[in-house]
Amino acid sequence: MAVLVSFDQVTKRFGDFTAVDGLSLDIHEREFFALLGPSGCGKTTLLRMLAGFEAPDGGRVTLAGQDLAGIPPYRRPVNMMFQSYALFPHMTVAGNVAFGLKQDGLARDEIAARVDEMLGLVQLRPLAARKPDQLSGGQRQRVALARSLAKRPKVLLLDEPLAALDRKLREETRFELKELQRRLATTFVIVTHDQDEAMSIADRIGVMNRGCLAQVGTPAEIYERPASRWVAGFVGDVNLIEGRVTAVYPSFVMVDRVGMRLRVAHAPVAPGPIAVALRPEKIRVSHAVPDGAFENGAAGTVADIGYLGTLSLYKVRLDDGLVLKAAVMNEQRAERPIHVNERVWLSWTPDAAVLLME
Amino acid sequence: MKDATHRDWTTRAAIFVPYAWLIAFLLLPFLIVLKISLSQTAIAQPPYVPVFDPAAGWEGMKDFFAALSLDSYLGLFADQLYAWSYWKSIQVAAISTAILLLIAYPVAYALARAPRRWQGMLVLLVVLPFWTSFLIRVYAWINILQHDGLLNQVLLALRIVDAPVSWLATDHAVYLGIVYSYFPFMVLPLYAALEKLDPALLEAAADLGCPPSRTFFAVTVPLSLPGIVAGCLLCFIPIVGEFVIPDLLGSSSTSMIGQVLWLEFFGNRDWPVASALAVVLLLILVPPILIYRQRETRQLERGR
Repeated sequence: MAVLVSFDQVTKRFGDFTAVDGLSLDIHEREFFALLGPSGCGKTTLLRMLAGFEAPDGGRVTLAGQDLAGIPPYRRPVNMMFQSYALFPHMTVAGNVAFGLKQDGLARDEIAARVDEMLGLVQLRPLAARKPDQLSGGQRQRVALARSLAKRPKVLLLDEPLAALDRKLREETRFELKELQRRLATTFVIVTHDQDEAMSIADRIGVMNRGCLAQVGTPAEIYERPASRWVAGFVGDVNLIEGRVTAVYPSFVMVDRVGMRLRVAHAPVAPGPIAVALRPEKIRVSHAVPDGAFENGAAGTVADIGYLGTLSLYKVRLDDGLVLKAAVMNEQRAERPIHVNERVWLSWTPDAAVLLME
Repeated sequence: MKDATHRDWTTRAAIFVPYAWLIAFLLLPFLIVLKISLSQTAIAQPPYVPVFDPAAGWEGMKDFFAALSLDSYLGLFADQLYAWSYWKSIQVAAISTAILLLIAYPVAYALARAPRRWQGMLVLLVVLPFWTSFLIRVYAWINILQHDGLLNQVLLALRIVDAPVSWLATDHAVYLGIVYSYFPFMVLPLYAALEKLDPALLEAAADLGCPPSRTFFAVTVPLSLPGIVAGCLLCFIPIVGEFVIPDLLGSSSTSMIGQVLWLEFFGNRDWPVASALAVVLLLILVPPILIYRQRETRQLERGR
């Protein structure tokens, strides 16, 4: 796919604080790209530089090959959906959606037709004459979306678009956004701190930390193959096991720690201290000693059980004090359920664990 | 239960206080003025008849009401001087208010956009002149504007003029004095409205292709309209009745209604005509206040 937006060594400082630090990133055409990170990681600043509200202190931002430096926001072919929605309170719903079209000097009937089309898209036609303060939060969100899409931007920027909605509505709206993006075949760039949102909505995710990209990849890549301890810890739940690489084979690596030996499917690495990431749902819990328990297995005592309906979350304290979390699907009513303070065995397959190089 | 009745009593008292205030200091004085405006001048103490005397009994009351007349009002219409003064007052108030709006808007905008930690200080600076008596500040202007005053000295020193200009006793001086005195009354409501303006709205307008100059009229001005209306009323209404500034800085030709009223009251000792002037002034000013009130309640209802 062709590159549409390109950040090239972009840096942005606010006083002593470096919000974005020499960051490079390509966003493709018709892609749903999510910038994911904790608050203050620079993701919103990156979006605002693309919109033109902030100017980079270093580096270049290009859109379809054109350098955006010096182009004011009102001349950029991108539109933004604001976190606060920023609807004009003195204008009706239709007036808000029409605002951008009027700036382009479109004919009156053309504007009316486009406003109608946009309101149809977000199912707000009956509320066209309302003022924003007469709408619910969800309806306002839709007006903001319709307004930002009305000018058919090359890139739609969404700054925490679902943050102000309640949980149920948020989950419904995710799929609607995704569906809309597919239908319009427009590039969407969303900024979010909610990993579930990024995972469920985006084609690719850029995980940001302290002004830098920690990892860029598809949701599955980021979840299954986190590039660092930080990414592994930020995206989803994870067990981090510290150990040493003691043996290296062509397709796997042996990692040892007291009372535990892990076989991790990985290309050869240098021997030495290393961390292994293990997702809770990849760990099996059993009373019986699993086959080959001297590798990828450990015994411990159940410290806590969280029953979540579809799955149960076990916290198991190993003999050396390390606590591992294991999430087990409640597929069937267990013959002999596991109780707190019982001795259990944990086991996993060689391709379940991931070596973390940093 | 006891607590509830107690609260009920305090609530009623709390509501009663402002009403009592309004009755004692607004309604009663107005009724007195209204009554005097319907009386006749007399060389007596007080200088009008009839005098309300509850001791005179029922017959006395009848005579009292029979003696009231609209003569003072008819007198106002008979003499063009009064109409002209009303017109002059409204004209001065309208022009001053327009000038105030033009000057105060950028100041209020700058205040609202200033770094938050400075805003309190800057607002304080705008209000600071209030700490000196209004009368003293107007006298200070006489000093500045007089023939050998500061303004002429500066103009002469800079060779902008060859001979001293007469500033005092002109309409310019009146406008200057009014704009200076009422400036905070215009700035503060504008600041209050502009300070509430969400900067994201300006960004949204820019994002949708609206350059800053157009955004100002499409977003900033409409959203600060309540502040504009409040500031204009807060200035316009008292300026119409302004007495001190035109009297001290203006010429005899700038006779605003406040001055005419003063003259009728103290000069001619014609209390009924002076009262009638005041009542008519009130009638002129009430419609804009009512329009504003209606607007405000409508907005409050919409906000709910």
